[in-house]
Order: sequence, then structure tokens, then C-alpha cells
Amino acid sequence: MQLTNRSKQVSNKEMTLMERAYLPAIATGLAITIKHFFAKKVTIQYPEVKRYLGPVFRGRHILKRDEDGRERCTACGLCAVACPAEAISMVAAERVKGEEQLYREEKYAAVYEVNMLRCIFCGLCEEACPKQAVYLRHDEFVPVFSDRDQVIWGKDLLVEDMNSRYTREAWTKEEARALDNKRANGEVTNVVPRAIP
Amino acid sequence: MEEVKPQLIKITFDGIEVEVAPGTTIMQAARKIAEADESQAGLVPPAMCYYKPLPSSGGKCRACLVRVAQGSAKDPRPMPKLVPSCITQVQEGMVVENTTNDAVLETRKSIVEFLLINHPLDCPICDQAGECHLQDFAFEHGSAKTRYEEERRTFDKIDIGPNIQLHMTRCILCYRCVYTADQITNKREHGVMGRGDAAEISTYISNAIDNEFSGNVIDVCPVGALTDKTFRFKNRVWFSKPEDAHCECDKCSGKAIVWYRGDEVIRVTARKNVWGEVNEFICNTCRFDRKKTSDWVLEGPTKVKRSSVISANKYRANLVPKPDFAMKLAATQFKPIDDSRPYVTDTETIREQSIENNDKANHRSLLSQNN
Repeated sequence: MQLTNRSKQVSNKEMTLMERAYLPAIATGLAITIKHFFAKKVTIQYPEVKRYLGPVFRGRHILKRDEDGRERCTACGLCAVACPAEAISMVAAERVKGEEQLYREEKYAAVYEVNMLRCIFCGLCEEACPKQAVYLRHDEFVPVFSDRDQVIWGKDLLVEDMNSRYTREAWTKEEARALDNKRANGEVTNVVPRAIP
Repeated sequence: MEEVKPQLIKITFDGIEVEVAPGTTIMQAARKIAEADESQAGLVPPAMCYYKPLPSSGGKCRACLVRVAQGSAKDPRPMPKLVPSCITQVQEGMVVENTTNDAVLETRKSIVEFLLINHPLDCPICDQAGECHLQDFAFEHGSAKTRYEEERRTFDKIDIGPNIQLHMTRCILCYRCVYTADQITNKREHGVMGRGDAAEISTYISNAIDNEFSGNVIDVCPVGALTDKTFRFKNRVWFSKPEDAHCECDKCSGKAIVWYRGDEVIRVTARKNVWGEVNEFICNTCRFDRKKTSDWVLEGPTKVKRSSVISANKYRANLVPKPDFAMKLAATQFKPIDDSRPYVTDTETIREQSIENNDKANHRSLLSQNN
């Protein structure tokens, strides 16, 4: 049975004079190495310099608020059931009178926890969310941690801060690509980031 | 006197012949097919209002409409309109089309649209989500988009006691709870007021709610219009773990399903059969008051269909399908070995043969390279 088309017959042919001389080959190899000293560097000094990861990069989670500052999340559990890593858990509670300014729906998440050690940042929670509440930020990672308690993120870390609202210049890959094309053609130079669609 | 055995009636449902007793409805005949052969479960018409344990239920939601291509053997004309299969009785030689007829499927799509016209679609906050018949029905037969632009109807909130929560906006007017109230009380205390758009489950509803078995309206309700107040927003059904359990109860059979979150019993429901129907109603004491594991004798995990979202994130042996891919692949690639070759033991011959085989293989690979 032939397994592959790339199999080669082993040959024992004799080397040519050039190959036998050895030194020319050494010189060629060294030249390649020296050439790279002067080439443009592909690395950056990471903690000080950071690359833009694109508008649809999936970093840490955020629980969005709506225009009035009410929490969008209604603890429906679809993110948790969609999560392949079972990283999300929540406890729901009923909104009482007087909390209408805090929560958008009748039910809200009293506890919402994401285990960042389990999370694989696949973005399925984002896709499952019917209330457009959970998003993965494109501009922030989960920071380095030294203790297990720091990786289970509760609502204190996840819920959006109304003073620095999270925006993105594109919300889908297609939008991002169209934006890139426009930039390349010089049609747009600066795009105002926009909030939730 | 000689016992007269009732003549069985033969009908054809979606090309499958089945023999049933006279007086059976088309729905029951279809269910009989599915009970005999589980793989045929897809051809049973969906039921939103029909509920076998509740007499005279059915014929309201139009979800189960089917086409009768041949009325009977004597009168082979087709029925002029689609008929509700849950209340239409079979006749000898009847030919019924359900999934095989495009008109039926198209009509069903419209029925979903009608049922969802006034439905608030608040599934994210509804406790029924995950075990809701309307969700299943809309998922299987409906379209993903709505054409409805007008305001959906709203109602004033009615508080019907500490155990049962009524959300009138979610109601699809299937009348199942009304029939349940009829069955558990002597007087008719619970009914539907108003007509059409304004129809509302009402009338002395609290009278029926005081009954010992009133909690069963929760199980009977196909949507989230009547839900368990003691379970309200406690947990999504797919995060709780159902266990079959029974208890000594002087009022009911005591057979129930106990739903766990961790070690905590968060809800008790009656057992449902494959069609989502409760055959043995349980009393309110069992349902609302017995919320400790010590109250129950556990029988083991409830069997949940693999297709149900309740089976998500649970890894029981009966829920995890065995991978048959490898076995199938092996079966397709299996070649019988030619055993007629001589069995060689001589080392010298084996060496010669292996060299020869090597040469052959090399030759083949060279050939393929050159071609």
C-alpha cells in the first residue's frame, strides 16, 4: 500500500567537488546569519510596547450596561450552557421595587462568576447571549495572577464602569475587514468607536 | 355469551400501516407507531393543547393539523381541509399525511407564528425555558424571524397565592389548566374569560388554587404561564439535576421527580411520559413542602433525552453516546486475509521474501513518482 506521494528513494550518489570543499557552504550559511543582523526586527519589547490586536480580538469578559446604566444581564444561563469549558456560573435574583434603575429586566444576576483558568476565550458566551450583555474585550487581557482566588472573576470585575465605557470600532470580522480595506484605500483615517449595536 | 372482540381498524400514517381500536384518534395512532419504533418519533404531530390524561382536551391550538388524503376505504375522497389529529377519529382505510405533506408543514409554520403573536418571548427570564413545549414547537416548526410589529398584549398582574405564579402574557390559551381545575374540583371555578385577543385565564381562579392538587396546573401548562413560585428564578432547569424519587403520601401516589442544585432540592415535579404528559398527579404537599432529601426515597437519575437541554453538562453513561465512528470506519475498510498462503517458518526464506517485498515497494513508489 502506498501511503504518500512524497516518499523519496534514498540515493547514495557521490558529492560534487563544491560540496566536498566544505568551506563555501559554511560561508553561505554565515552570510545568511549576518544578513539577519541588519534586517527589520520582527519582535517588539512586549510589556512596554503592545500591538493592536484588531477589533474582534477576544480578551477578558465584560458585562455591559445599557444606555441608562442598567445591567443588561438577566441570568438566563445561556452563556453558561454554551460554554464548552464550563467556566461560567451564576445565581439569579428577582428585581425588587426601586431597583429598576439598576437592572433592566425582572430577573438579574446576583452572582456572575467566570473562572478565567477554565475559560478558553472561544467567545461562545458572547454569541449565545440573547441580551447582548456579555462580551470579550478586544483591548484587555486577563492579567497575570499569583493566587487562585484572583482568577475567579465576580461581578465587581466584570460589570462595565459607566465612567469608562467599553467601545469597539467594529463588532464583526466582516466589519473589521471592510474597515481595513477602507483604511488601505485612504477613505477613512479615524473611526469613532461605537457602543453596542 | 361470546365475547366480541372489537374489530381493529387499519390506517396508513405517513406511509406506515398501523392497526388501532375503533374510536382512537389519529394522534393516538401516530403515537402508537412511535411507541413501537422509537426512530419514528419525528412523525408524531406536535400537541400544544391536547393532553391525554385530561378528558376533552384538544382541538384548540391547531398545532397537530394533518392532511387526510383518503377519508376511509368506503369513501376514498380526501378531507377538504386539514384536520386536527388529536380529536379526529380514525376510520377503516384512512390515509393520513403529516411530515410527508408540505402543506401541513407550511401550515404548522403559520400556527407557530400565530401562537407567538402575543407571546412576549421573554425566554431568558422565564422559568419554563428548557422544558417549554412552545420552545420545542417553535424550534422544530417555526421560522427564526417574526413579522409582527404591533404591541403585544399585556395584562394586569394577578397574584394567585404563594405557590403558583401566573404570567398571563405567556399564555397560549390551551385550556389545559382549566380542564385540570375541572378534574380536581367539583365546581367549575377556573375558566377563560373574554374572547379572542382579550381572552384570559380567570374567574375565581383562587378557589381552584386552594385545592390540594392545584399545583398540577404548573406541570400541565405547556408554556411558562403557570410556574412554581417556590422555584421562581432559583435556577435554570438545565443546571438542575433531576432524580426520580418517591415518598409515602396519603394523598397522592408520591411518585415524583426531585430537582437538585448541589445537595439542595429546589423543585419537585410530577413524572412526565415521553409525550410530556403527567399520568399521576402529585399533591401540593409533595410539590411545595417536601424540599428536603430526607423526605424522599431516591430511585436514581431521571432519564433525560439526549436532545434535551436538560442533559447539557451532565455526563451520565446513558447520556454520553458511544463513539461508533471508529468501528464503522474499521468495518468499511475491513479486508479478509488470504489464508491460503503457505505458512513459512524458515528464517532464510522469510529474509529473502522481505527483501523481495521491499524491492517491490520501492519499485511501486518509483513508478508513482515518475508518472
